[in-house]
Amino acid sequence: MHIHKFEKIWLIFGVATLLVFLSVIGVSAFYLGNQPPSCLATINPEKVDTTAPFDKPGLNKVEGKEWDYELVYVASAFNYNPGEVEVPLGAKVKVLATTKDVVHGFNVAGTNINMMLEPGYISEYVTTFDKVGEFLIVCNEYCGAGHHMMSSKIKVVE
Amino acid sequence: MAQPRLEKRTSTKVEDQSSLKGTLASVFLLGFFLIITWVGVFLLFVNRF
Amino acid sequence: MNSFVDKIKKVDPRDAKLGMAHFYVAFIGLFIGGMAGLLQTLVRSGQFTLPAGIGYYQLLTLHGVVLALVMTTYFIMGFQLVAVSRTAGTLSSKQRTAGWIGFSLMTIGTVMAAVMILLNEASVLYTFYAPLQAHALFYVGLTLVIVGSWVGGSAIIMAYVAWRKKNPGQPSPLLTFMALVNTLMWIVATIGVATTVLFQLLPWSLGLVDRVDVAISRTLFWYFGHPLVYFWLLPAYMAWYVIVPKIIGGKIFSDSLARLSFILFLLFSIPVGFHHQLMEPGIDPAWKFLQVVLTFMVIIPSLMTAFSLFATFESFGRSKGATGLFGWLKKLPWGDARFLVPFIGMLSFIPGGAGGIINASNQMNQVVHNTIWVTGHFHLTVATAVILTFFGISYWLIPHLTGRTLTKAMNKLAILQGVFWAIGMTFMSGAMHAAGLLGAPRRSAFSEYGGAAQAAEWIPYQIAQAVGGSILFISIILVLYIFINLAFFAPKGEEEFPVGEAADTAEKAPMIFENWKLWLGIVVLLIAFAYTIPFIDLIENAPIGSKGYKLW
Repeated sequence: MHIHKFEKIWLIFGVATLLVFLSVIGVSAFYLGNQPPSCLATINPEKVDTTAPFDKPGLNKVEGKEWDYELVYVASAFNYNPGEVEVPLGAKVKVLATTKDVVHGFNVAGTNINMMLEPGYISEYVTTFDKVGEFLIVCNEYCGAGHHMMSSKIKVVE
Repeated sequence: MAQPRLEKRTSTKVEDQSSLKGTLASVFLLGFFLIITWVGVFLLFVNRF
Repeated sequence: MNSFVDKIKKVDPRDAKLGMAHFYVAFIGLFIGGMAGLLQTLVRSGQFTLPAGIGYYQLLTLHGVVLALVMTTYFIMGFQLVAVSRTAGTLSSKQRTAGWIGFSLMTIGTVMAAVMILLNEASVLYTFYAPLQAHALFYVGLTLVIVGSWVGGSAIIMAYVAWRKKNPGQPSPLLTFMALVNTLMWIVATIGVATTVLFQLLPWSLGLVDRVDVAISRTLFWYFGHPLVYFWLLPAYMAWYVIVPKIIGGKIFSDSLARLSFILFLLFSIPVGFHHQLMEPGIDPAWKFLQVVLTFMVIIPSLMTAFSLFATFESFGRSKGATGLFGWLKKLPWGDARFLVPFIGMLSFIPGGAGGIINASNQMNQVVHNTIWVTGHFHLTVATAVILTFFGISYWLIPHLTGRTLTKAMNKLAILQGVFWAIGMTFMSGAMHAAGLLGAPRRSAFSEYGGAAQAAEWIPYQIAQAVGGSILFISIILVLYIFINLAFFAPKGEEEFPVGEAADTAEKAPMIFENWKLWLGIVVLLIAFAYTIPFIDLIENAPIGSKGYKLW
């Protein structure tokens, strides 16, 4: 099977580029802590309201953790609890969320906070809120007739 | 019969190297497009929280 | 196969009838699905409400099921059957019967699923994620479509096996080889969706079991859902590799490398479903990253294809006396819709593929997941690269099968069709990519999200999407007009079914490419490697399952 010299050059360049991409995201994920949200903890979706920390949705200060706050959301068709929250600028926050019914999305629009909420599972993401502004949380996974009216608000304040 | 065919084969091979220059240029343009778009979104990721 | 025999090669009328049956359904689907798409963009512009109590998500389900599952599958089955007939020889009556049984099962299933959607019993979108629960007949319908595709696929396998028996030691005809690879990949892939539908969703929707494991269901679906897109793409590659060279008057750049690219697709299209689940809980990030690495492997055959296609065009152009780095571009038959329309498809795969690489890049997916960027992406890939190629194929294939010709007038309309599509898609997909980066969600009816400033930013892009969508719909009308003309009214005559010849006729493809024990063995190993442990983890750590919800 004859492979033209130029094709060899192209494929070597192409594969090298892909390897560079994989290395960059690999290092970022496994060494710099930028893993996609992959919490393995489970929960009973019918007992969410009585299971910590979902029994106290909203922004909660915590001690002795790598983060300063936990921001806890309970999602259901078609709303998020809390519907509005204020986060101090520069706060390192673990965002935790789960759903009481169907699969919902949880996307703080324009940020990297973007996770799927599946019944029976807890979703979490640690980040530092380093920009002032008003951020819309949208449900970006179809969940029924009210899907496009399911939203919440985060205000990052000084 | 065999001789002209042989000639054609070698001359096609020599032509081969230069006559795919446009292909090489085209795929490398494609490659740069892939790199630029990827880096663009990577930078978005890095700069967002 | 020498060109003398090629010139008189016509698909047997009995096989042509089987092919055309598939195309009639496909183009009816295009009309229905296209109408739905137009209405969706109008709703999302904020300027239009749906009539007759139609729900947005009901419409969206129709759009996805009809276009992404029905139209594509029918076109591909029809195209592959006639391509095999054309290159491996007329189907035997047993093979043809299998084709008809497959067609019938798929059609019964399609009608069942469509009726359920129209009755608003299945507004679950084409991915039908649990625990949203559709009417049982919806799942039965989809099952019949899948099983029908297996029966139809068996016709292709039988035809291939028969050819190999008659021609020992010879590489199979290239189009037949490619159709076989796509069929094998489809069968292995559909095992996943068949499993979740038959063992989870169907019993659950019938009330035989109360609860369903959502994460397992999603994982089985996406085990299927990624190779699904390659099932769509590979027939377009078949046309690009084998048919377009003949249309322009050139040669296939490398028969062996084309086969190699298809084997690579067979191996690496399937063990990669997690890249559609990167934002999901319950799956360890190490396994997500492994499947990301495997996903990047499947980029390689597309890089090879890009080289082959440019090389085909350049070799042809230079053989016609073109000089300079890009002079060969001028020699291409831009006035021939059979070339131009697929070529627009090829071009669109450049941004389409670029977006795909970004989507699959592990944590970078957080920037785009479930935003309308993703919708923009697949409207470039399946809804432009693939579908324009299918339209381009139709322009010669329909008249070939119906004993008519592609007239100059229809060719002109077809060129217009392609240009309109390009313009419409640039507006629509372009706006989708931009709005997506601003966080606009996909699969969403019109909303102002309580007056949020960010949401207000998205609306101008949605208006652009409606402009694009409207232009695309005009293009669809053109396609349908041409299709009806070529099927029923065009002048009778002989329209060629172009099959390219390899540039190097002395090079025989290595027979190892036809060693299916080897390739399917590697496929199984790769799937086992990529899925076994995380799948077992999902089962072992499973939370209590979910009851069904009907929230529409």
